[in-house]
Amino acid sequence: MPELMQFLFSGLTVGAIYALVALGFTIIYNASDVVNFAQGEFVMIGGMATFFLYAAGVPLWAAAPLAIVAAVVVGIALHKLAIEPARGASVVALIIITIGASIFLRGVAQIAFDKQYHRFPAFTGETPFHVLGATLLPQSVWVMAGAALAFVLLWQFFERTLAGKAIAATAGNRMAAKLVGINTDRMIALSFALSAALGAVAGVLITPITLTSYDVGTLLALKGFAAAMLGGMGNPLGAVVGGLVVGVIEQFSAGLISSKYKDAVAFIVILLTLFALPHGLFGRGRVERV
Amino acid sequence: MLSRRILLALAMAGSFAMNGTALAQDKIKIGAVLAVTGPASFLGDPEAKTLKMLADEINAKGGLLGKQVEMVIYDSGGDAAKAKQFATRLVEDDKVVAQVGGSTTGDTMAMIPVFEDAKLPFISLGGAVVIIDPVKKFVFKTPHTDKMACEKIFEDMKARGLTKIGMISGQDAFGKSMQEECKKVVGKYGIEILADETYGPRDTDMTPQLTNVKAKAGLQAVLNPGFGQGPAIVTRNVKQLGFTVPLYQSHGVASKGFIDAAGDAAEGVRLPAAALLIAEKLPASDPQRPIVVNYSKAFTEYAKQPVSTFGGHAYDGLNILVEAIKRANSLDGQKVRDEIEKTKGFIGTGGVVNMSPTDHMGLDLSAFRMLEIKKGDWAVLQ
Repeated sequence: MPELMQFLFSGLTVGAIYALVALGFTIIYNASDVVNFAQGEFVMIGGMATFFLYAAGVPLWAAAPLAIVAAVVVGIALHKLAIEPARGASVVALIIITIGASIFLRGVAQIAFDKQYHRFPAFTGETPFHVLGATLLPQSVWVMAGAALAFVLLWQFFERTLAGKAIAATAGNRMAAKLVGINTDRMIALSFALSAALGAVAGVLITPITLTSYDVGTLLALKGFAAAMLGGMGNPLGAVVGGLVVGVIEQFSAGLISSKYKDAVAFIVILLTLFALPHGLFGRGRVERV
Repeated sequence: MLSRRILLALAMAGSFAMNGTALAQDKIKIGAVLAVTGPASFLGDPEAKTLKMLADEINAKGGLLGKQVEMVIYDSGGDAAKAKQFATRLVEDDKVVAQVGGSTTGDTMAMIPVFEDAKLPFISLGGAVVIIDPVKKFVFKTPHTDKMACEKIFEDMKARGLTKIGMISGQDAFGKSMQEECKKVVGKYGIEILADETYGPRDTDMTPQLTNVKAKAGLQAVLNPGFGQGPAIVTRNVKQLGFTVPLYQSHGVASKGFIDAAGDAAEGVRLPAAALLIAEKLPASDPQRPIVVNYSKAFTEYAKQPVSTFGGHAYDGLNILVEAIKRANSLDGQKVRDEIEKTKGFIGTGGVVNMSPTDHMGLDLSAFRMLEIKKGDWAVLQ
């Protein structure tokens, strides 16, 4: 029993990390139908920039916001320099641009930062909590709380605010959105800024657990993407549930079967789910009116 | 021989003319295909910097056989297919006299046929035993093998009376190979492996596997072969789960970055490592001390980054080659190769090298020191 609890805690920790990354995907997707594969690089920038500022003597509470600002600048630059000039290109072309951007950002990070792995201290110490014979690190609680908070804020943003509705309208029909006076370019730029900020927050929260390096984004983006697909792309609740499910399945497979098969098990579950529910657990199918 | 030199000179003059530079100097070109970028960049990066630094140093002292040394460095990105292409380019276009390179075992294995065919010496910086076992005529290597690391660790465990251990191995090339080698030699030491768990090189939480290891009755120690951030996370997870048995890491984590990343959890962790890591802590009587202290100082100044054993392997490789060329007083591949094989009592950063026709590495277990991490720093165990 304590073993199973430990697997569960481990799964929730890893799952909350995936959920945070998956949430980042939802914003840009909701604004433009683009899956931004550079999302993992925002996570990397958040972690690496915080570490280097911290190592330079900046206290953590100041380093983290600065790193988030840096990521937002990169996010807006990504939109201005790579996405906006390709206006009118198909969604697939835009997705390919984000893949290119992610490779570029990784390359720049190798030079701007370095090629080592790093971590900064956990926010509230390292003494684990003991629950039912299993252990949980305080930082895991931070990550889970961060994912929960990000989810609530995003949900509110899309459901309650004008900007959120405008982003949704931009995604729904860009021409119609323009006709009712929405500045669609600005909405998409805003979605990149928000998404970058969320990615960087994730990077700050998870680095004490996962460590960070210039190439940490690749795998996180892949897992976060899988989680978002499982939950239903574009749905914040789907991102959180998808992330937690993928994490828990992975860690239980690692504990009960073998870590060699944990990715396989997770992806098989995702595939089976998508066979039954092509739009994911919480995704709504798009209805084409003829 | 003379015609060969003329040809070489002509080829060089030709290549310089093509570059538009009129410098037709007689240079000795030494090749190096290294994984300067990519997943193995932590190997290739310090290696490339070390080779450039050492070449500058040799040239400042008047060069080799009266000529300037030029390092021709290509970046394989850790891709064996690319490494092979670059190896061919080194031999056919650049006309190098030898190679000191091959950051990974994969890159090295792909390049071996090229240098064997060209009959040019190739000193590899790859870790695994397969590079030199079976012995290949023109291939040598400077890093310790993972098998030696296993033996050093098991020796230490046996001395402490730890005979029932759990293993958790990274599934990167390094971790996998060491896992295999350790399982091969463990029987010699009367040690029993109770658990044999694994994790992916990019995993972020290994507590499920470690929970299984911890549950084994009579567990006396844990061994974690692997490199990169995995072992740092394992070390932190071991602390989180409250293990009471000692943790052994491999030489793959022998860098300051590991202690920083693992934090307090690294306290009491034991691992085998080359003398380079503890340069300043070696007793004055240690024959390796002057070499490692010098290299350590020079590299930190040159590269503005902490010294790593990987750069040290490149340092040893180029020095062995240069000394062999001096002894041979020739650039002929066969003659230089013969002299490399005769290397005896060479003191490098990795240990004392005694090569022979059957041993193209020349290191023994004394090349490894057993270290324990105490108060965030390395301490040498006697």
